[in-house]
Amino acid sequence: MSEHGNGHAEPTSFLRKYVFSIDHKVIGKQYLFLSLFMALFGGLMAYYMRWQLAWPETAIPGAGWIPEPMAFGGIIPPEFYNALITLHGTIMVFFVGMPLLLGALGNYLVPLMIGADDMAFPRLNMMSFWTITTASLVLMASFFVEGGAASAGWTGYAPLSADPIHTGVGWGLNLWIMALALEFTSFLMGGINFLTTVVTMRVPGMTMFRLPLMVWMQITAAVLFMLSVGPLIAGAILLLLDRTVGTGFFIPERGGDPLLWQHLFWFFGHPEVYVVLLPGLGAIMEILPVFTRRPIFGYKTIVYSTIVAGALSFLVWAHHMFVSGIDPQIVMPFSITTILISVPFAVIIFAFMASLWGGSIRFTTPMLFAIGTIVTFIIGGVTGIFNGSAPVDIFIHDTYFVVAHFHFTLFPDVFLGGFAALYFWFPKMFGKMMNETLGKVHFWWTTITFNMVFIPMFLIGAGGHMRRIYNPLQYDFLKPMQDINIFITWSAVALLVGQLVFIFNFFWSMYRGKKAEDNPWEATTLEWAAAPTPPPHGNFETVPTVYHGPYEYSCPGQETDWQPQHVEKGSVAA
Amino acid sequence: MSDWFPKNISTFGGDIDSVFNLIFWIVGIGFLLGEVFIFYALFRFRRREGKKAEYVNGDLWPHVGWLIIPAAIILVLDLWIDFAGAKAYDRIKGDMPISDVVVKVDGKQFNWIITYPGPDGAFGTEDDLILENELHVPVNKVVKVLLGSKDVIHSFFVPVLRLKQDMLPGREIEAWFEATETGRYEIACAELCGYGHYTMRGFLSVHSEAEYANWLVERWPAPETEADGQQK
Repeated sequence: MSEHGNGHAEPTSFLRKYVFSIDHKVIGKQYLFLSLFMALFGGLMAYYMRWQLAWPETAIPGAGWIPEPMAFGGIIPPEFYNALITLHGTIMVFFVGMPLLLGALGNYLVPLMIGADDMAFPRLNMMSFWTITTASLVLMASFFVEGGAASAGWTGYAPLSADPIHTGVGWGLNLWIMALALEFTSFLMGGINFLTTVVTMRVPGMTMFRLPLMVWMQITAAVLFMLSVGPLIAGAILLLLDRTVGTGFFIPERGGDPLLWQHLFWFFGHPEVYVVLLPGLGAIMEILPVFTRRPIFGYKTIVYSTIVAGALSFLVWAHHMFVSGIDPQIVMPFSITTILISVPFAVIIFAFMASLWGGSIRFTTPMLFAIGTIVTFIIGGVTGIFNGSAPVDIFIHDTYFVVAHFHFTLFPDVFLGGFAALYFWFPKMFGKMMNETLGKVHFWWTTITFNMVFIPMFLIGAGGHMRRIYNPLQYDFLKPMQDINIFITWSAVALLVGQLVFIFNFFWSMYRGKKAEDNPWEATTLEWAAAPTPPPHGNFETVPTVYHGPYEYSCPGQETDWQPQHVEKGSVAA
Repeated sequence: MSDWFPKNISTFGGDIDSVFNLIFWIVGIGFLLGEVFIFYALFRFRRREGKKAEYVNGDLWPHVGWLIIPAAIILVLDLWIDFAGAKAYDRIKGDMPISDVVVKVDGKQFNWIITYPGPDGAFGTEDDLILENELHVPVNKVVKVLLGSKDVIHSFFVPVLRLKQDMLPGREIEAWFEATETGRYEIACAELCGYGHYTMRGFLSVHSEAEYANWLVERWPAPETEADGQQK
């Protein structure tokens, strides 16, 4: 047990050790399991939606169990389809992306990477987890109340969302609002915890510019979230009041303004994209140096670019509202800031590319997923320019072009980046290596089928195919694109089925995998080099002292090609 | 990729399409260069026995240049796209051209309520004509549409016109277009508006001048028009 920080005694009872734990590593794993569990629902919903789009109003195989009135013998009605699109978005962003990248990776890695024995506020940490768990239960319960689940889209535009008469959804939408408010609260607590931990609990020698970039990404994300979520929590409460006690903040007949909701939502919504994005990129930043065996290129430039991008993200929100009816004179300024935000992100991508140059690249599963993330994320990045251009947006807004674009940003980030992170840190977390062959099969299968799903969506989007349409065959101009819809659906089925390889590998390796050494990847950061595998309660046997930056690989004049952060250059590597 | 676009029959549609194409070529070439670089680097710097990686951390100024210079190029390209976009946007959303025809279009779950002011040119008078889901306009004339909503947010989307504008309850938003080809085209709702959202389909009929004049006469036969005129 460690003597530094605010060390707490190791619990002995099962309940205290594995359920109501205050150990950041256990809480990190709890977030991980929660996010993977919710991802199953999000994926299942995607399957139901895709089937409906390919073969509208036919019985969906595997949907027979859904009770009426959600589905009728496996055929889903438009009300339920709208609930699926709403909950798929909500779940994937707030209940998969955030708990996986911030909750699981942040909790598990931040204290280990800075040499701390736990988070600054371990009990608050436990409370954060149980708050999002409650939020998840509230969200899933919303399917089973009278009137069904929320069906106003994950953006919940008022007045569709503000008065039950428009959708027929009653408590389902109220519960959706409450689940979101709880989720926001959970990550506010988490963000405060991360920031405090990083500011106060770094070990001696761990200066801010010696922090692993993952830590920088986590704290930048925490700050962005804190600065942006306040208005939306307020907005969510106003929306709930509109629905339940008859106020009219967003309802014109009662003197309110529907656009107010959109401003509150997107003022949060765009920074939120980066809240999810940054930790995923952070994982890539950790993985690249390890498997190229060279320092990441431009550490400080990456940090400054991230901060610039984060600051700019507060000045772009109206790009979601170009056709919403806001004053056309305010549109172009937002279009310009939006397109300019490509500059700091381009710098980060260039840094990744430069980090490959001159390396000695090992193509392990985590590295393959990291490369896959970069290669596909670039498509997501460049297609953002189309949406950001105000005149082009007039045509492609609310089409599948937008759907394809944001899936090309968030899927590489959350799933490809998330998988990279899981294959990479699994040995530390569970003390076992994952199977490399299965990992590589999983990688090729996932990236290929992912592209088969979302590249055609750019094409039908360019063809004018609207999103959130229950039955595309209603429109003559969409009928010629139906074959592509069917192709997308088969590809999506393949993508989803392929994840069974991961699930099998994950659980099989946990029990039967090869035992992992303390530092199987020969990495330099503290969680690998200084902590045992798996780390004990309190993380480190002795408090490490840090002597240099996090990515000292292939230093000239050194015997090994990695120089752990806590081992002075010139002395013998651990 | 603009081959995938629906046919364009609007005077400003070409501006939108050309900005799209401009962006497509700029980012397309950038994308290809980036990916080729990545795959080349992956191949060239794959692990080989006895070959150590280079120790370059990229924090020295000459190295930072490798990031800053390409970023500066991106900035210039961004501004090019911004200026081209601003020009097109100003043409579409700047000063509205003088309109020949004015029509009111209201969204109402899940129909388009289309109101013609009639010969007196004023809405809310007896000679108004209200149609559901049928919008008739003359070709080569500037049509002003006054967009509103009776309930939730809808979005007036005519793919062939490259026109999309949300319709808000409690507000009237002006939009315009000038169709260049006659025919019958689909109008779609592009903003989720409830369970019947996908059924909210309308039609735009673009008539030749003679045909449109005929259509007007059929709706407002001459005697009634005169009577209206006398009442004034």
